[in-house]
Amino acid sequence: MKSDVLLRIGVKLILPYMLVFAAYVQLHGDYGPGGGFQAGVIVAGMVIVYALVFGAKAARQIAPVALVERLAPAGVLIFAATGVPSLFAGKRYLDYSVFGHDALHAHEWGVFLVEAGVITTVAATLIAIFYALTDREHS
Amino acid sequence: MTAIAPHLPVLQVLVPMFAAVFTSFMRRGNSAWLMAVAASWLSLAISLALLAQVLQSAAPVSYVLGGWAVPFGIEYRVDRLNGFVLLIVNLVGSMIIPFAGTSVRKEIDGNQQAWFYTMYLLCLTGLLGISVSGDAFNVFVFLEVSSLSTYVLIAMGRHRRALLASYQYLIIGTIGASFYVIGIGLLYLATGSLNLADIASRIGPGMTEYSRPILAALAFLSVGICLKLALFPLHVWLPNAYAYAPSAAAAFLAGTATKVAVYLLIRIYFSIYGVAFGIDVLPVYMVVLLLSLAAMLIASFSAIFEANAKRMLAYSSVAQIGYITLGIALANVSGLTGGLVHMFNHAMIKTTLFMALGAVFYRIGSVQVADMAGIGRRMPVTMAAFTVAGLGLIGIPGTAGFISKWYLVIGAIERGYWPVVALVVASSLLAVIYVGRVVESAYFREPSKTVRDATDPPALMLVPIAVLAALSVYFGLDTRLSAGLARGAAEMLLGGMR
Amino acid sequence: MSVFAELIGHYNYFITIFLMMAGLYIVIARGNMIKKLVGLSLFQTSVYLLYVTPGKIAGGTVPIIDPAYSIYSNPLPHVLILTAIVVGIATLALGLALVVRIHEAYGTIEEDEIFARDGEI
Repeated sequence: MKSDVLLRIGVKLILPYMLVFAAYVQLHGDYGPGGGFQAGVIVAGMVIVYALVFGAKAARQIAPVALVERLAPAGVLIFAATGVPSLFAGKRYLDYSVFGHDALHAHEWGVFLVEAGVITTVAATLIAIFYALTDREHS
Repeated sequence: MTAIAPHLPVLQVLVPMFAAVFTSFMRRGNSAWLMAVAASWLSLAISLALLAQVLQSAAPVSYVLGGWAVPFGIEYRVDRLNGFVLLIVNLVGSMIIPFAGTSVRKEIDGNQQAWFYTMYLLCLTGLLGISVSGDAFNVFVFLEVSSLSTYVLIAMGRHRRALLASYQYLIIGTIGASFYVIGIGLLYLATGSLNLADIASRIGPGMTEYSRPILAALAFLSVGICLKLALFPLHVWLPNAYAYAPSAAAAFLAGTATKVAVYLLIRIYFSIYGVAFGIDVLPVYMVVLLLSLAAMLIASFSAIFEANAKRMLAYSSVAQIGYITLGIALANVSGLTGGLVHMFNHAMIKTTLFMALGAVFYRIGSVQVADMAGIGRRMPVTMAAFTVAGLGLIGIPGTAGFISKWYLVIGAIERGYWPVVALVVASSLLAVIYVGRVVESAYFREPSKTVRDATDPPALMLVPIAVLAALSVYFGLDTRLSAGLARGAAEMLLGGMR
Repeated sequence: MSVFAELIGHYNYFITIFLMMAGLYIVIARGNMIKKLVGLSLFQTSVYLLYVTPGKIAGGTVPIIDPAYSIYSNPLPHVLILTAIVVGIATLALGLALVVRIHEAYGTIEEDEIFARDGEI
């Protein structure tokens, strides 16, 4: 597919909008359908679409395997660490009230951090699965 | 110390979980191993502190995540039963992990060693989570965390059959977990709650009659969990999984995974449905009794004809799980004490045996009984530990195994089940044969060429084996800790506290 | 209410049970490892349906507090199933990864051919 001009230009055009849409789904998850899972899948979709048209090698230069494999646990770490500040404040684990003065804001911040962890892990995991499967083809 | 004391239930899960995340960043097996050692021992200390807390207070130790009130939020709830189970899991984990360092370096490729420890820590997280959580769905999530990491651990075995064993376990384990979810879903539909203690207060003789969804839920939960704990006809995944997993993983799983599943079954039978249910409403205990007896006999027979010592021990595990579920089926204080204390004793005995075989594999690269000819003189300490633990498996007086069987026999006599007593003895005699085969081969045969150069393994492997073997004798003589805790848990389960 | 109306009224449960049995049947009856995983997925999906179905309350709205409404759908089953779906994906991904490795090791993914190559295990 590397020679197909239409596809190459089309993909390059569509990628920024995918990213914006992923950000929208991620950040708007508080008010409407969306959140880290969906946004993470869209982000992973970007890399996969890119790899389908420009080849897995090109995709690996944008999102290196080593980075992806470290981002997946990093997301878990963000999520798990979100609960820790409340432990030091003498509250229960994952109690978000330490993040703000009133309950509403505190929860918004808590969920924001958790979702940041989720998008990282979901995107990285799906990309890692894709890489693992494309690796196998050649070996 | 006072600042962290109230957080112990959640730390019990968080310590291995954070350690798992950190090890997944590491690429070197040695640093990951050090992390796993630190986490396992810290986790053991936490479980000891938790147990002390539980024994001091009459009420269970409760911890609500995120500060959400009890029936709505996730509650971690530790009482005498799961405090005991946490101790078992952590004791095995803390003994396995020093052993694993040397064993893993030999059996697993360099770039996968760090992943092994990540998966081990995730498995530990899952098992501890199942034990500590008081929320039915949270239990499912931890069940899957431990199961998924177990599949990976098994697939890391060197032989290509390890992949097949892992795949078969994945299929069966997923069906089991799904059955558990269906059961929980039916309970949720009928009671509107997911908190185990809350569900227990909403079903029972005082409330509405047992409706059909509640009865169906018990069936789904029983089958699902029995798949996980490998009760006799549902055990087919276990021998292959244990035989082809890396030695350290097999020893860890044999000591912990099935025990935690048994704990879940006990929790559901006695804490949620109550002991009267299984006698008056549905003949649950009778079914479990028959399957347990079948497991004790048929699996022991299978063990006798097994040429691979690891598979032999796996079949023996199925038989020993039969003893534990026999304790559940007897449903009186002595019987249940026997079942619970056998969880503890069998965890130590079977871990010792699997670790000893791991040491043999480390030296001679095989665990076929025929290949182990004459190894008793070349690896004296390892095989002595194997023999001592093997005597415990048989149930010789003075070993831990005798204590559990003693309680089980008393429980059976109290119920008037005399044939059960005979079958317990018969199954022990079968254990004499299969343990004896290995011992006979190790001590009374001429050493083969591979065995001739073998020596006892490095101290890091040898010490945990020797310590656990010594403990299995110690707990056969001094039963205050093991049987005392088990009896306390059994009385709590069968007494007024539902 | 006739029996017929009763049956129709519970149609979603019948669909759930049909999918559940179909999934289990595929897992048991098929020798192809990918097809087994398809059956397993179908089985798991039916469990999701079992949970989601009772979350819908007749006449209920989206569970966001508003003075104009008093009946809400139950959001908890959806949250639980979101978790279960993630677990299901993890299981499926791991299962497929194992099948890829098995294919590399044995050259086939038919169970009977693998057993023929390695002997029944």
